[in-house]
Amino acid sequence: MSRRRDDYESSWWRRFKSWVDGETDLLAEGMEIRIPQVPGDGNGETKQPGSQARQAGTDGETRQLGSQAYQAGADDGKDRPPHLFYESRGIRWFRRFYQVMSVLLCLSIIFVLLWTIACLPAIGNAGNPDNNEVSARYIEKGLQETGAVNIVTGMILDYRAFDTFGESCVLFIASCCVLVLLRIDAKDGDIQTRKRLEMADDRRFEPKEDIILQKCACVLVPLILVFGIYIVLNGHLSPGGGFSGGAVLGSGLILYLNAFGFQKTERFFTEKIYRRITLCALTFYCMAKSYSFFTGANHLKSGIPLGTPGTILSSGLILPLNICVGLVVACTMYAFYALFRKGGM
Amino acid sequence: MSLVQNFPFFSIILAMFSGILSSVLDGKKARNVSLAAIVMTTVMSAAVLHFCVRTGQSYTYMMGHFPAPWGNEIRAGVLEGQTAVLFGVVMFLAVVGGMDHTAMDVEESKQNLFYIMIDLMLSSLLALIYTNDLFTAYVFVEINTIAGCGLIMIRQIGRSLSSAIRYMIMSQLGSGLFLIGLSLLYDVTGHLLMSPAKEAVAAIEAAGLYEVPMLVIMAVVSVGLAIKSGLYPFHYWIPDTYGYATPTASAVLSGLVSKGYIFLLIKIFYRVLGRENVIASQIVNVLFVFGLAGMLMGSVHAILERDTRRMIAYSSVAQIGYIYMGIGLGTQAGMVAALFHMFTHSATKALLFISAVGLYEVSGDRKDFRSLQGSGYRNPLAGIGFAVGSLSMVGFPMLSGFISKLLFATSALQSPHKMLPTVIALAISTILNAVYFLRLVITLYTIPEAENAAGKGNDKRQRVFVAAKGQGEASAFPASSRKLRLAIVSFILLNLVLGLCSQPIVNQIGNGLTMFE
Repeated sequence: MSRRRDDYESSWWRRFKSWVDGETDLLAEGMEIRIPQVPGDGNGETKQPGSQARQAGTDGETRQLGSQAYQAGADDGKDRPPHLFYESRGIRWFRRFYQVMSVLLCLSIIFVLLWTIACLPAIGNAGNPDNNEVSARYIEKGLQETGAVNIVTGMILDYRAFDTFGESCVLFIASCCVLVLLRIDAKDGDIQTRKRLEMADDRRFEPKEDIILQKCACVLVPLILVFGIYIVLNGHLSPGGGFSGGAVLGSGLILYLNAFGFQKTERFFTEKIYRRITLCALTFYCMAKSYSFFTGANHLKSGIPLGTPGTILSSGLILPLNICVGLVVACTMYAFYALFRKGGM
Repeated sequence: MSLVQNFPFFSIILAMFSGILSSVLDGKKARNVSLAAIVMTTVMSAAVLHFCVRTGQSYTYMMGHFPAPWGNEIRAGVLEGQTAVLFGVVMFLAVVGGMDHTAMDVEESKQNLFYIMIDLMLSSLLALIYTNDLFTAYVFVEINTIAGCGLIMIRQIGRSLSSAIRYMIMSQLGSGLFLIGLSLLYDVTGHLLMSPAKEAVAAIEAAGLYEVPMLVIMAVVSVGLAIKSGLYPFHYWIPDTYGYATPTASAVLSGLVSKGYIFLLIKIFYRVLGRENVIASQIVNVLFVFGLAGMLMGSVHAILERDTRRMIAYSSVAQIGYIYMGIGLGTQAGMVAALFHMFTHSATKALLFISAVGLYEVSGDRKDFRSLQGSGYRNPLAGIGFAVGSLSMVGFPMLSGFISKLLFATSALQSPHKMLPTVIALAISTILNAVYFLRLVITLYTIPEAENAAGKGNDKRQRVFVAAKGQGEASAFPASSRKLRLAIVSFILLNLVLGLCSQPIVNQIGNGLTMFE
């Protein structure tokens, strides 16, 4: 073995290398994690992998801890050496060939696309093809026709509302897919389900009743929620709208959940409420837009007043539609987080 | 504007609304809502088709209060109507036929989610068919992709989860390329709506501007949609996806989803990029070559496959190859043949997947050749259904596959440079098709040797029934239900209709293609 620096173990390179090799977790030292008690380890001592690894200074210890924590899942793979599959020479050659070819392919695609971009019209040129009658009308008549001061909102919720309806359905179906994948339906007495629930439950890792987080959340959550509601309600007046405001609302809910735990959140937000909100919002969107499409296509008057531009109650259907989109987005974000956390809401 | 003209819009919204509604219903109600939605949309599509045939022209429908280049728009014509009707019928039969298996494969509390996927899949297919706007097409391609993933993984066994991941990666790659193509196209034309975009493209081509971007746009859009529909070198997601999903999902994915993308590609060729420009850019020749490769390699893979369901999936690779070969011929006749084969394949592949389920039921839910021996006697109707589907794929007269092969061969005669490779590949591929399909059909009607030796009576069939009784008890699945039988019979009839009354359908396809231009 070649000579090493004396302080090699604590050098940056060594740490970087061990992270690349997957021996240590980058976050292991920065995060407080309480490893659940291993059965039979009766003294109730909590181990902190980060500090121990620092004390011991060797990667062997960390690895051992890691394997202890994940022993439950890795029973069958224990006897097999990890790199057995790649041992044979032909496969190794193939893998190398494959890697080289994929890099070459990516480079050639990047080259072709960059070349294409070089051939496109220059950005900001007044004579560009996209400076045509379409954008001209959006800019000139947008305010008058949709009543929305924010042209972008007028465009996505009035001129091209069908696309936006499709987009909110994308969110809806994405959340359905996450439900399929992650929701664990508890059946009493079913050992399998209980096991899955137990494995999915990560609340034992979280510090309980974290006073700093709770105090911060007390200040921040109302502010975030009010700000989110503001963005949603002013979607037709200022930058923002349903999608961005909904994301802010969702993040406020997630912060609340992190600070106070599921039990307190479930007092006002359960799966039933989530479903009802999504159903009502999407149904209203569907009905309102169907009405407007139908009247528009059949050249009927829609009879929805546009109001005075600039006031909060203006621009016809855009405000309620923004609220619907905001609700759907907020619920979807919260649902994703809750499902990833514990497989349910 | 008459009421019928509203129907394309009604059917898209109805399908979407039924999906939204199903999120609060339980499995059974969601299923009924979904079936009702499929029936109603199919009826509406039939009315639209009738209207377009009667008036002899297509029409556009304004989605909202703003006319063409500013607002959204959908378009209905003969070809759209035909495709929507066929897709609706196939989807209905696939859902009905696989209903019992869906109930078994999917967790009870998640069944409504399955039917949400079906509803939104239907709405996105309808939107892909009727759309007259490129960005609307992209949005619904997204819905289609996510719904497809959901349909695959809802079975929640290891293989279906891994195949859903594979499907998602490949499909997202295709969507990404498609989106890049659309953005480039918007940059050079300034339009997202199809009709003004086509005018802008014609002006660009006439002026000789933006040659490189136009070529890249055509390439990227074709490759993106080809990946999503599973053209040969990008087919690796197909066998797992179709092989391990629940039967309804397999039938819907292979019969409809990949066809939706092909329909969109043809629509973009005709209504945006312009057929002459696409032919001049040689993109069709690339599609032609890969189509030929797919026809042969898909069949070879199918012959090597031991699992019969994966074999049917590989056969899809070959059939997608046929369709792209037809598009690649570059003639009007080739396009008609491709579209007709699209119809044939959706009807036949769904029949094969559904009737194969009937055969697995009586063979202890096993899918290899040995276990399926003699299952044609144990479940006669499923056996007949499978045989009809196989013969149709091979190109037996009276069935729809024969007509599409005939159309391919006659259209090949019109393009002198591509005639020879097309006809040779057709011949070889037909033989290969026959090798794997007829081998399986013969297996279905072969009495297992062990039974033959052990049996005492002279009547062979009696012994098979005795054997079936033993195996039927071992199987976790009940004997095929009335719904499955209904679906198989209807699929056979659909196949016969496509095969025997092909002339009016082919005429209307040509009619619809002329309306595209």
